[in-house]
Amino acid sequence: MTPLVIYNLRNIRTRRLTSLLTGLGMAFVVFVFSSVMMMAEGLERALVDTGSYDNVIVIRRAAQAEVQSTIPRNEASIVETLPWIEKDIDGRNLSERELVVLISLLKKDGSPSNVVIRGTGEKSLSIRRQVRLKEGRMPRPGSTEIAAGTSIKKGFQGLEPGSRLRFALREWTVVGIFDAGNTAFSSEIWADIDSLMQAFRRPVYSSLVFKLRDPEDFSFVKRAIETDPRLSLEAKREIDFYKEQSEVMARFLRILGSSFSIVFSLGAIIGAMITMYAQVSNRIQEIGTLRVLGFQKRDILMSFLLESVMLSLAGGIAGLIFSSFLQFYTVSTLNWQTFSELAFRFRLTPGIVLKSLVFSIIMGIAGGILPALRASRLNIVNALRTG
Amino acid sequence: MNNIVELIEITKSYRRGSEIISVLRDINLSIPQGEFLAIMGPSGSGKSTLLNLIAGIDRPDSGRIIVSGIDITTLSEDELARWRAFHVGFIFQFYNLIPVLTAFENVELPLLLTGLSKGERREHAITALKIVGLEHRLNHYPSQLSGGEQQRVAIARAIVTDPSIIVADEPTGDLDKYSAEQVLDLLAGLNSQFNKTIIMVTHDPRAAAKAKTIRHLDKGILNATRETSF
Repeated sequence: MTPLVIYNLRNIRTRRLTSLLTGLGMAFVVFVFSSVMMMAEGLERALVDTGSYDNVIVIRRAAQAEVQSTIPRNEASIVETLPWIEKDIDGRNLSERELVVLISLLKKDGSPSNVVIRGTGEKSLSIRRQVRLKEGRMPRPGSTEIAAGTSIKKGFQGLEPGSRLRFALREWTVVGIFDAGNTAFSSEIWADIDSLMQAFRRPVYSSLVFKLRDPEDFSFVKRAIETDPRLSLEAKREIDFYKEQSEVMARFLRILGSSFSIVFSLGAIIGAMITMYAQVSNRIQEIGTLRVLGFQKRDILMSFLLESVMLSLAGGIAGLIFSSFLQFYTVSTLNWQTFSELAFRFRLTPGIVLKSLVFSIIMGIAGGILPALRASRLNIVNALRTG
Repeated sequence: MNNIVELIEITKSYRRGSEIISVLRDINLSIPQGEFLAIMGPSGSGKSTLLNLIAGIDRPDSGRIIVSGIDITTLSEDELARWRAFHVGFIFQFYNLIPVLTAFENVELPLLLTGLSKGERREHAITALKIVGLEHRLNHYPSQLSGGEQQRVAIARAIVTDPSIIVADEPTGDLDKYSAEQVLDLLAGLNSQFNKTIIMVTHDPRAAAKAKTIRHLDKGILNATRETSF
């Protein structure tokens, strides 16, 4: 480390309180910025992890979500005749027709929120290998039984195994809890497809899901479904479908986070600017001395800028450390694209760390540039006379 | 004898509001290599301005200043800064050490501009501190040193780059009699043992007496040379 860097570091250390307060301002802004980015990333990751690369989901053409989609029985039957669908050990297609409806349930804090009820079949678990039964059993065909995902059980009232839930004019018994990790399935309730269709008086399905024999056959499947004149359906890889589900919300969160951060950062930048102007005023004679020793204007500019950046970077790192603890929390919010509750974890990625640090550096430069310019432009003789 | 510093027809004035104050008028001065020159004069006579012009930290209104064969009045601001780094050692009345750096780091500071390696910088800085007798105070901060010691660190900083000239602006002005004596002996030693050219501005006749030559500046005019018995 050169004496000039030591000079900057020691000056920061010498004025501990001012440095701490300025750094805390920066830390707060970076905390807000990184935590909102972590939230958007967590939401996106939860939905991306929900899908599997070798699964295909078929929905009504132009439907944005499963709740908006309708697939008549005859169209579902046509799709199930496609030759690229994987078979199970009994030679049956690994495909399921599913129904997705929304009901309102009370959260543990008493507020109502929409929850996805998915009508599934006996092969749904085989198709979604990330979903594992954790407690009890899955609903029996033809029964009014339901199984709840771990996140939904944790966040909502009345979903303990054995408890009863009333919706669609029927009483439903919770017979099992399934764990789908940090995916959207953990925020769903599953029931038997036929019972659910009867209860909600739905004659059509929402989606059809199947596993591909060879994941690379997707383009053939897509072409076959989307060019068949009997079908008004579209096929998507499940992984892409769920990624699209997160786009609106993730984009909104990122814009919200960036907007808040920019507004807050103005305060932090002004704070840093005041601190750095005070530093220049207190060190005018030192600046004059450095210039006499042969340091050039740009050396002085860089020195003060470096000091401001060091301060903001330290604040940024502190903000990131604070926000990294959010990874231990799971949040639950309404996904506006599916109108249903989704639980997910904050996720800190190397990209967010990099963006946050770059953001801190930008704040440091913005806060330090004017004071640094002032310092570099001081007249040497006048600076030396300031005692 | 070769002149290391030559001032030719130097004039300098300052503007105070609408008033123009003439500080130096048609100054001609030749300083030979190895000289120890004291410039005396009352407050406001232009001593410090003259020193600042020789050190390249201020510019004259007219005239030429040639130091080691370079006309420094023709240099750009960046060139002048680079020139100062290699050719001038400056000693201030109030030491002007950087308070957050140790004695060693203060002395090492000008060497950052020389392109020396870290090891070479360390060697040079320790040698300079040894010359001023402060090799045992390397890691002390200025606030932990007496006034005399701080000025000796400042002298070490001034000589560490082996400059062509050393300029000192009232180097004993803030020191007690004993410390002042030590500092003046040190400057005289640098002049006699290392043949360093020293230009010192002082009010103090006892300090000036240590110099080989004394010039008086009064109302912007430099008076005739007077040799001391030193």
